[in-house]
Amino acid sequence: MTERGTTARRAPGRQAVLPFPARRPDPPGPARAEPDELARAMAALARAMATEAAPASARAGTYARQESFSPVGRPRARPAWRAGRDGDAPDLRAGALETRGRAAAPPAERDPLARRITCLHLPRLSVERWQRCLERLGEPLPDDLPAALAVDGPHGPVIHATTRAAEQAGVRRGARVVDMRALCPDLRVEHADTQGDRMALQRLMLWCRRWCPWTAVSGEDRIVMDTTGSDHLHGGEAAMLRAIEEALSHLGLSADLATAPTQGAAWALAQLGGVRETLAPGTLAARMAPFPVRALRLEGETVLTLQRLGLKTVGDLAVVPRLSLARRFSREAPWRNPLLRLDQMLGRSPEPVEAPDDPPRFAVETRLAEPVEDPTPHLPALAEALCAGLAEAGFGARRVRLTVYRTDGEVSSVEVALARPSRDFRHISRLFDGKLERIDPGYGFDLVTLGAVHAEDLSEVQTRLDGAAEDGAELARLTDRLTARFGPAVVRRAALRESHVPERREDWHGAPDAPWPSRPGTGPARPMRLLAPAEEIRVLYAVPEGPPAQFVWRRLTCRVVRFAGPERIAPEWWRDRPGTRLRDYYHVEDHAGRRIWLYRDGVLDDGRGETPRWFVHGVSE
Amino acid sequence: MPPKPASATGPLRARASSGRPAATLSEVFADSAADAAPTGFALAQLEPARGPLLWVSDRVTRKEAGIPYLSGFPAGFEVIRVDVARPVDVLWAAEQGLGCPSLGGVMAEIWGDPPVLDFTATKRLALRAETHGVACWLMRRAATPALGAARERWRVGALPSGRHPWDARAPGQPHWRVELFRSRYRAPGTWVARYDRAAHRLELEHPMALRGTEAAGAGAGG
Repeated sequence: MTERGTTARRAPGRQAVLPFPARRPDPPGPARAEPDELARAMAALARAMATEAAPASARAGTYARQESFSPVGRPRARPAWRAGRDGDAPDLRAGALETRGRAAAPPAERDPLARRITCLHLPRLSVERWQRCLERLGEPLPDDLPAALAVDGPHGPVIHATTRAAEQAGVRRGARVVDMRALCPDLRVEHADTQGDRMALQRLMLWCRRWCPWTAVSGEDRIVMDTTGSDHLHGGEAAMLRAIEEALSHLGLSADLATAPTQGAAWALAQLGGVRETLAPGTLAARMAPFPVRALRLEGETVLTLQRLGLKTVGDLAVVPRLSLARRFSREAPWRNPLLRLDQMLGRSPEPVEAPDDPPRFAVETRLAEPVEDPTPHLPALAEALCAGLAEAGFGARRVRLTVYRTDGEVSSVEVALARPSRDFRHISRLFDGKLERIDPGYGFDLVTLGAVHAEDLSEVQTRLDGAAEDGAELARLTDRLTARFGPAVVRRAALRESHVPERREDWHGAPDAPWPSRPGTGPARPMRLLAPAEEIRVLYAVPEGPPAQFVWRRLTCRVVRFAGPERIAPEWWRDRPGTRLRDYYHVEDHAGRRIWLYRDGVLDDGRGETPRWFVHGVSE
Repeated sequence: MPPKPASATGPLRARASSGRPAATLSEVFADSAADAAPTGFALAQLEPARGPLLWVSDRVTRKEAGIPYLSGFPAGFEVIRVDVARPVDVLWAAEQGLGCPSLGGVMAEIWGDPPVLDFTATKRLALRAETHGVACWLMRRAATPALGAARERWRVGALPSGRHPWDARAPGQPHWRVELFRSRYRAPGTWVARYDRAAHRLELEHPMALRGTEAAGAGAGG
C-alpha cells in the first residue's frame, strides 16, 4: 500500500517517453499516475538505448486506428456517405499489436501521415467580432483610429487584441493599457468579451462542418479540421482552402490556413508558414526543420529553456538524441514536453482531431446556389436520400436532425425522435411538420444537411399478406407524430405499481414503446375518473359512523342517499411522511344519482391532527 | 338511351341511406361536469379487444372532470393518454389518432364551446373516423349543442342506481338517462341505460321500465 502511494505521489508530471508512439495519445490534462505506465516507460527507455534510430516504417505499426463512428453496433457495410474517416475496420487486434515484430509492419497498417489536417488560425477574432458588432449598431470603427480590447491583468488592464491601426502605432498585445496610452494617446480601449469570443468560436467550429465532418476548437483562436477525403468534394485542397478563406472573409474574419499531415505541422504552418500552405507528407520533416521551437505549441518557459540550451529551431531539436531529450524533460507535463510535441508534429505520435460530438454516420446535404430562408422544399428529397442510404446499410433512424448552415456563420438545427427505428421518408419528413418554423434561418442559409444522429439496426420485415400494416408500427408512428408536436412528456401510458394508495397505483409516464402492463381483473371497486388532487368538501351534517349525510362540493349541496364502505387504506410508512393519516373510502350516491368516491383523512383521536377532513377523490360512472 | 346525369347530391344521398358505418363520430354531452356517466356510456360502446384507446383531453377537463383511472375501467382497456392544453390541440391529436386503424377508439374531451370546434372541425373528424374505421367519441362538458357534424349526438346523465344484490344501502348497477337527440341513422329517443361493468354489457330500456325497479329500490331503501 505504501509503495503504491509513493509511486503515485512521484508520478505526476512524469511522461512515459517512448521511442515509438504509444497506442493511445494522452489527452492534454493532468497526468495520471499509473504504475503500468512507469513500467512501460522503463521498458521503452531500455529499448531506446538498444536501437537509437529505428526506421520510421517500424514505428508505423502502433498507430491507433480510429474506428469510424457507429452509434450502435458495428457497421455492416462501409458507409459511402459523406466524407467519413477512411478507416472503419474495428480494431480487434489491439492486444496483438505489442507482440508483433516491430520491423515487419503488416500491410493493413495505414500510413501515419495519410491524414490531412487543416488548421484555421483566427488571429484577430475578438477584434473583428467587436468591429462587426459596432457596424451592426451603426457606428463603425474608422480604419485609421487605433483601438484595442483589454482584459484585466494583475496590475491593471492589459491589451488583449488590437486593430491593425493600433498595431502599426506600436500597441502590443500583453502590454499594460496605461503604457500603451502613453505611446498612443488617442487609443480607444474597450473591455474584451472573452467568454463571448469562446462561444463564437464554438459556433464557428460547428459551422465549419460544412467542409468536413470532424472539427474541433484548439486553443483560443484556432479550429482544427480533419479534411481527409473531404477536399475532392470542394475541388482539391488548394481550392478548398481558398473557399474557406473566402467564406470567412465574408463573415469579416481574417484567417491563416494551412493543411498538413499532422495537427502540429498544420498549427505551425498556419501560424508561421506561407499563405494557404499545403504540405505533402514527404516533405514534412524538411519543411518543419527551419521553424523556431515555439512552432511546437510549447509555452514560454519551455521555449526559453530550449533556447538557453541552444536549440532554436525544430531541426535543431530533431537531431538531438531522443534519449537525452526524454531524460531532460521527463518531469514535464505532456503538453509541455518538447519531445512529445515533436513526435506529434512529425507524425510519430498520433493526435486525432477531438471533435466534441461525433458526426452522424448517415447524412445527406444539399448545397444551394443562393441563400434561402425556408428549408421546407428541400426536406422531402433529403429525407428520401437519407432513407435510401439507411436502407442500403440495413439501418433505421431513431433521431434525425436537420441542420442549416447560415450565411452569417451560425448553425441552427431541429431534431425529431422516433419511437422505433424507421426509414420511411414520408414519415420522417412528416415529423418535421410545424417544427421547421422554429428553425432560425438568420439572413438565409446555403447548405442544408439531414443526418440520422442515432441509427439502429433495422432489418426488413414481411408485411402481412392482407395488406394491413403491423400494429406496432402504426402505433409507433402515431406516437412519433404526437411526440414531435407536443413533446415526449405529453404522450403517456399507465404502468401499474405496487401500491394501495389510489393515486400512486397508476404511474403515467412517457414510455410509448413499453409493452402493455397486465392488470389484475378483479379488485375493490374503483371510480372511473380520479380527481388529482383530491378536492376538499365541507360537511354539513355528519353522522358518527359512515359518510356525511350532507356535504357541499363545488358550492353545491349533495345529500347522500346511499353509500358503501368504508374501505380503509393505510398510509405507506416506507414512503409517506410521518404523520400521514389513514383514509376511509366510501362510495356514495347523492340525490341526483351521481356516484362519488370520497374519503375521510384520518379518524378522530388518532393523535395525528385535528378533526378529520373529507375529500372527494373520484367519480364513478 | 343517354345515361342519367349524375346529380351532385347523389353520392351523399347514397351514403346517408347506406346505413350506419362501423365507426363514426359520436358526441356526448354531459348533464353535469362532475359526473362520469358520459365516460362510462362511451366506454360501454367500445370494444377493448380492438386495440388501445387514444385519450385526448384539454386542461380544463382534466381539472374539472378528473383523469381516467384505469383501475375503474372495464377489464381489458388500454389507454394512451395525451394531455394537451388547448382545444385545437385536442382536435389535432384526435385527427392524428383517427388515421391509425390499430387504435380501438379515440376519446376527445373538450370543455365548453371553443370557437375552433365548429362544423368543419367535426366534419373532418367524422369523415376521418369513417374512412379509417376508428370510432371517435367527442365528450363535451359545459357545452351547448350548437352546429356540428357528429353523426349521433347524445345527452347522458346519471340516474339513481339499481339495487345492490347484497346490500340495500349501497349503490348498485349504474343507471343513466340517455337521450339521443340527433342521429343520422335512427329515430331519436330517450332511454334508460343499464350498464354491467363486469360483463361489459349495455342495455337500453324504455323509461317506463325503470319505474318498477325504482319503486322497489326506494321501498327497500326506505
